[in-house]
Amino acid sequence: MAEVKLFRTWSSPFALRIVWALKLKDVPYDTIFEDLANKSSLLLQFNPVHKKVPVLVHNGKSVAESFVILEYIEETWKHNPLLPEDPYDRATARFWAKFGEEKVLLSIWEAFNSEGKEQEECIVKAKENLKYLEEELKGKKFFGGERIGFADIALGWLADYEGVFEEVASMKLIAEDEFPLLSEWKRTFADAPIIKENWPPRDKLVIKFQAIREASLLKKLGN
Amino acid sequence: MSGETVKLLGHWASPFALRVIWALKLKEIEYEYVGEDLPNKSPLLLEYNPVHKKIPVLVHGGKPIAESLVILEYLDEAWKHNPILPDDPYERAQARFWARFVDEKCMPSIMSAFTKKGEEKEKAAKEARENFKILESGLGKKQFFGGESVGFVDIAAGWIGLWTRMVEEIADVNIIDTAMMPLLESWFQRVLQVPILKECLPPQDKVLERFKGFHKFLTGGSS
Repeated sequence: MAEVKLFRTWSSPFALRIVWALKLKDVPYDTIFEDLANKSSLLLQFNPVHKKVPVLVHNGKSVAESFVILEYIEETWKHNPLLPEDPYDRATARFWAKFGEEKVLLSIWEAFNSEGKEQEECIVKAKENLKYLEEELKGKKFFGGERIGFADIALGWLADYEGVFEEVASMKLIAEDEFPLLSEWKRTFADAPIIKENWPPRDKLVIKFQAIREASLLKKLGN
Repeated sequence: MSGETVKLLGHWASPFALRVIWALKLKEIEYEYVGEDLPNKSPLLLEYNPVHKKIPVLVHGGKPIAESLVILEYLDEAWKHNPILPDDPYERAQARFWARFVDEKCMPSIMSAFTKKGEEKEKAAKEARENFKILESGLGKKQFFGGESVGFVDIAAGWIGLWTRMVEEIADVNIIDTAMMPLLESWFQRVLQVPILKECLPPQDKVLERFKGFHKFLTGGSS
């Protein structure tokens, strides 16, 4: 019987992608919760390069980096594919996953960690990136089409964590009138089977990200 | 599908475009090359890559794909001849992991060493050396990252030794440390001896001049 272990934290949105993928594909697995302030020797052994979560361990061999893990899961367990068959559509999904990580997440995180005029400028940039996602959703229920796919999983943090960022940082990014399709996608994704059962507790996320924001702003003042 | 025309929008000095050229050549895919004059982006480029407005862009049967690593995966999936990724999912995961490591860790630290001055420059160079040392662990005693022949990571990173040498010369830093990374250093040389890769390299003196120009612009001249 194949042995699958997932190293994660309760709050990591990156690890949550792997939870979704494994559950959507009905892959049984064991969870090892890490305390990143006190990393286990197993985590350091299985991810010596980055020392981060998520790490997937399958039959004793480890895979790190969430997108790399997602592709590994997709290729190892063929049930309920996350990527479409057509190479061009696959490239499109990978493109949007990468865009989400390198542009959307980064710009929203910058807005989250700033205030005043600086935050306003970050919000403008973040919204420019979000507009591309809004465009991409035209005529589609999910980024993957009719079903949740690779890009939805990559962008899924937008359906929950992003709302926490907005609340904690007192900013509005994804407004209904400005981003109707993205707003609808957020609701549909957040409420989808498996996805809705696995969101971490919101109140705990708010506390955690409040502390992160305070520390960031303090650090900026010190510079 | 493979009967349709393939076009590559690139730039003669871009290592990211070079990745795609290498893959196209290794897989014996016929293509038309369109060299971009980068300060003056063509309407074609802006149409085919509206999100990033960057090269390389591969256009297959009129449909564009952007982001070099996404393009490499696409080429391997659309043309099965001479695969650049291995068959085994775990080996594929390793290849993807190291290609990302080059882009997300090696490149930024080398760029930092190139653009910064004084103590910050030395700190960046140290990080770049450490990243190369880590990258070496992905190579081990193999001839190439792909094993006996070049693969995904070799294509993604094969140019990096040459480029780093230029950075070292212009910015007066040490990044490639023979004692620290003997296996990687011999790979830097070995990979560029592969005829298909070697013959596609842009004229090195021209690349050096271009880098010198960048360095002057980015640092105000002195190191």
